[in-house]
Amino acid sequence: MNNKTRTAWLFLAPMLVVLLLVAVWPLGRTIWFSFTDANINNLEASKFIGLENYFGEFGLFANPNNTDGFFAGDWGISILNTLKFSIVSVTLETLLGLAVAMLLNQEFKGRTLVRTAVLVPWAIPTIVSAKMWGWMLHDQFGVINQWLVDLGWIAEKIAWTAQPEYAMWTVVAVDVWKTTPFMALLILAALQTLPKDCYEAAQVDGVHPLRVFWKVTLPLIKPALMVAMIFRLLDALRVFDLIYVLTSNNNTTISMSGFVRREMIDNGYMGYGSAASTALFLIIGLCTVLAIKASRMKLGDD
Amino acid sequence: MTFTSRSTAVKLAAALVAAPLMAVSAQAATITISCGSVGQDFEFCKKHTAEWAQKTGNEVKLFTIPNSTTDILALFRQMFAAKSTDLDVINVDVVWPGVIKDHLLDLKPYSKGAEKAHFPAIVANNSADGKLLAMPWFTDAGLLFYRKDLVEKYGAKAPATWEDLAATAKKIQDGERAAGNKDFQGFVFQAKAYEGLTCDAVEWIHSYKGGNIVDDKGNITVNNPNAVKALKTAASWIGTIAPQGVLNYAEEEARGVFQNGNAAFMRNWPYAWSLGNGADSKIKDKIGVAALPKGGADGQNAATLGGWQLAVSKYSKNPDAAASLVMYMTSPEVQKERAIKGSYNPTIAALYKDKEVLAANPFFGSLFDVFTSAVPRPATATGLKYPEVSAAFWNATHDVLSGKATAEDSLKRLDGKLKQVKRNQW
Repeated sequence: MNNKTRTAWLFLAPMLVVLLLVAVWPLGRTIWFSFTDANINNLEASKFIGLENYFGEFGLFANPNNTDGFFAGDWGISILNTLKFSIVSVTLETLLGLAVAMLLNQEFKGRTLVRTAVLVPWAIPTIVSAKMWGWMLHDQFGVINQWLVDLGWIAEKIAWTAQPEYAMWTVVAVDVWKTTPFMALLILAALQTLPKDCYEAAQVDGVHPLRVFWKVTLPLIKPALMVAMIFRLLDALRVFDLIYVLTSNNNTTISMSGFVRREMIDNGYMGYGSAASTALFLIIGLCTVLAIKASRMKLGDD
Repeated sequence: MTFTSRSTAVKLAAALVAAPLMAVSAQAATITISCGSVGQDFEFCKKHTAEWAQKTGNEVKLFTIPNSTTDILALFRQMFAAKSTDLDVINVDVVWPGVIKDHLLDLKPYSKGAEKAHFPAIVANNSADGKLLAMPWFTDAGLLFYRKDLVEKYGAKAPATWEDLAATAKKIQDGERAAGNKDFQGFVFQAKAYEGLTCDAVEWIHSYKGGNIVDDKGNITVNNPNAVKALKTAASWIGTIAPQGVLNYAEEEARGVFQNGNAAFMRNWPYAWSLGNGADSKIKDKIGVAALPKGGADGQNAATLGGWQLAVSKYSKNPDAAASLVMYMTSPEVQKERAIKGSYNPTIAALYKDKEVLAANPFFGSLFDVFTSAVPRPATATGLKYPEVSAAFWNATHDVLSGKATAEDSLKRLDGKLKQVKRNQW
């Protein structure tokens, strides 16, 4: 037994070393920086300032200079933007993904081809798809505005990525386009593991297909659906590249990750930026715990 | 005896063979340079660095950088923080010396006084603590480009005030749209939330005598009635004479619209002149250039000082060769060729009297004062915090232009924000 444990540790050791190097060390360093006044201009000259970056006079939380309330400050705005983006995009992606997965679960000719084709948006790197959509949505020579004008749906070309009332929803739309295939694939995998006998029994009893969906399919794929949603939520909460490339990244659309980058790199406040990054890490953790709790509660009801 | 002599001979022979090789390997270096990627930057860079490489027997690699100056600075600051040796020669925006001065090599020992031929204001901007941190490469000032043919067609002339510009632009836009070009715009400029918007907005505010965000003593002055008026005027253009899309335009997007013949006026840097008159341009020989308008009848002309310098990174492994490349790239010969073929403004006063330069760019002579009296952004007063000041300013301006906030509210909020950025000192 002792020997077995030792062998297990031996086998785990390389993995643990790699994890220490690539995960624990950078994370620890970021958390350490968040307690200092480090500046990108000269990292060696930083000193320890305790919780000043979090709760100090110019800190993230309880900043007395934010006279218009916490959510009017840049950090508050970026939290709201990120939550808005995450909730709307994950909801839409789940619903659309479910629909696509149900469709792909049917037997039809050329199913393999369609399944592969659906994955294309997911396979394109985010930067590339953001640039691509940026050109298609361009207000002067973008193809989307051209179509909408030709169809007579809009009178004047719209600056989708620039006008504050559209910018965030444009980002959500592109994200939905990109990530729905991911959700569809995960849900499809769950659908294919479902036992046939439940459906046969329902057919024999003459149950309406919609009722079958609500009472049989949905409860059975719920665990997989929840995992997929939590995956997506984690991903959506740290959104950065899509917003950074597609929009002008001002206060209308800036996300928490965008805020972290701006403070750390553009403004050079490594310490303050690290504090924001640590807070982002904690917020994502909190959201995950809440999401898991919520899914368990619902499961209990059934 | 024979043995020793032979071994000496071998050693001698080896030394003879090796000496030139060693000398070559000590001299020939590979220098990596970043030159910019707007307009013709890249082509010129390739040509002139190749010339230098041929002359000196070194090799040059070009480093491709982002389009937006905000992104370039972010990239360089990360490389400096990591003490990266990847880049030897870097291009430096006129507002950066205060931000990255700790990472640049003093060029005094290499310039041998060559900087004295350049505009003193730019040399002063590039110096700190008695060190010459960067050599002036080209200077820039915001200019008003307009369609000579259309302005004439509608019986107008180059506008003297922003109010004139708005009226003329509206007239031409209405006329051209009625004539069938539905996408025609009156005026395009840079209003994306980035450094370029700071340049444009400094011009507006300065033209209405609204100061310069932060004055020379470091006092925050931006919240004043003239600045409010300037931003209100600019906001009134969006959706009337300028497309909503300018809110996401940088230099190249604005030039794209103008050079396709779809705009009557454009605010841009001088580089747009030679591209607009290029063989593939739809508006070749139809472009006029003027100083940017005044803010109202009692306002003043204002052009933001731009321009780029070349500097050597302190972490370069080959500082001598890198400095030699910088000196070549900023020499009168190279600046002259760039002026003639690319309308990049030289930083050497004598070149503004050169006949060939003036023949290629007539406005270099007529607008000489605009270039020498251009308004610097408040980079010297705010030092290391300039990027943050500028970002706060362009965000506040963008909010006004996009209609998210009124000019009064936005400038009041900006004032509070800048106080927070300043804390006790810049």
